[in-house]
Amino acid sequence: MDYVLNLILIIIVAIFVNNVVLAQFLGICPFLGVSKKVDTASGMGMAVTAVLVVATIVTYLLQVYVLNAFGLQYLQTIAFILVIAALVQMIEIILKKTMPALYQALGVFLPLITTNCCILGVAILVIQKDYDLLEGIVYALSTGIGFLLAMVLFAGLREQLDLIDVPKSFRGVPIALVTAGLLAMAFMGFSGVDGGLKILFGL
Amino acid sequence: MNNFKVLVNGIIKENPTFVLLLGMCPTLGTTSSAINGMSMGLATMCVLILSNLIIASIKKLIPDAVRIPSYIVVIASLVTVLQMVIKAYAPDIDKSLGLFIPLIVVNCIILGRAESFAAKNGPIASIFDGIGIGLGFTLGLTSLGAVRELLGTGSIFGVTLWGESYGMLMFVLAPGAFLVLGYLIVLFNKITKKA
Repeated sequence: MDYVLNLILIIIVAIFVNNVVLAQFLGICPFLGVSKKVDTASGMGMAVTAVLVVATIVTYLLQVYVLNAFGLQYLQTIAFILVIAALVQMIEIILKKTMPALYQALGVFLPLITTNCCILGVAILVIQKDYDLLEGIVYALSTGIGFLLAMVLFAGLREQLDLIDVPKSFRGVPIALVTAGLLAMAFMGFSGVDGGLKILFGL
Repeated sequence: MNNFKVLVNGIIKENPTFVLLLGMCPTLGTTSSAINGMSMGLATMCVLILSNLIIASIKKLIPDAVRIPSYIVVIASLVTVLQMVIKAYAPDIDKSLGLFIPLIVVNCIILGRAESFAAKNGPIASIFDGIGIGLGFTLGLTSLGAVRELLGTGSIFGVTLWGESYGMLMFVLAPGAFLVLGYLIVLFNKITKKA
């Protein structure tokens, strides 16, 4: 029972309290780059979520059965980034053959994901936090959902921004950053929720 | 283009933080104080100079089709070495930068410069490009960190400027990073476009 509650806690913390974009600053490039329209933002969010889960599983197994088993922990960074790069390519090829419709929807975003630091970041964090495989998968999935949530909210705000007369020097990125700041401030309202839940769940 | 021009180009015309807007994750994530921002900037600069030098020297040996993976391996090896050096000689910096040190690998500035400069120019010019872009990045991160530290805790580089009771914690936390960077970009554009 405690294990299930712990998983629920991981989900809530990863989505709201420690949101990957707005609190941990991972994956800022796509957050600022492809957030002009809600549909592209949600497409990117879903592609990242899928890659996050698969990458976390593969890097976890790599860490446990190769790096730890042979005492090669110092190769973590190199091994992980190469595996992630190869994995993204592979997912692209598999999707193209098996699910052309999904490939059409996500296709453009997939190559960009390799250099999205939230993939490598989450893979390393799962190892650092000493999660087991299931916790790692749940953590990766909820981090992805948190990313998707932040992307869609931010894209919605930016669509509205187009209608407003923004001062000339603020147009483009500066006003987007200020908006992101306000969004991050809203998400700060969740801080402390994890402590409360821990007491509630008796963990 | 002579080497001095390459250097200045990186600091002002192609400033990675304020103009190119590359490497935003460490820019926002590590600038809670001036000293953190500066150490992140210097760490990135080390990797950038060395990766530019190595890639410019071996570019003729790398087949075109596998150049991006090869660049990534070079960069990842350098980052691993740097990670070990920081862990051994500056454990405090390692603790405050944490996850963002291994994440230098996916910093788009480094791969971007490898692809757009080091792959087309000689080793010496590439070193200067690395220094210029690296200094631009360090400057950006240090100023962002300094403003956040000053507004958030009333001190700069750890030196308290006004009373201990002063504090606007918001600027040290996540929202402050976005807000301050937004305003700094506006300021940078105002100054450079007029000059």
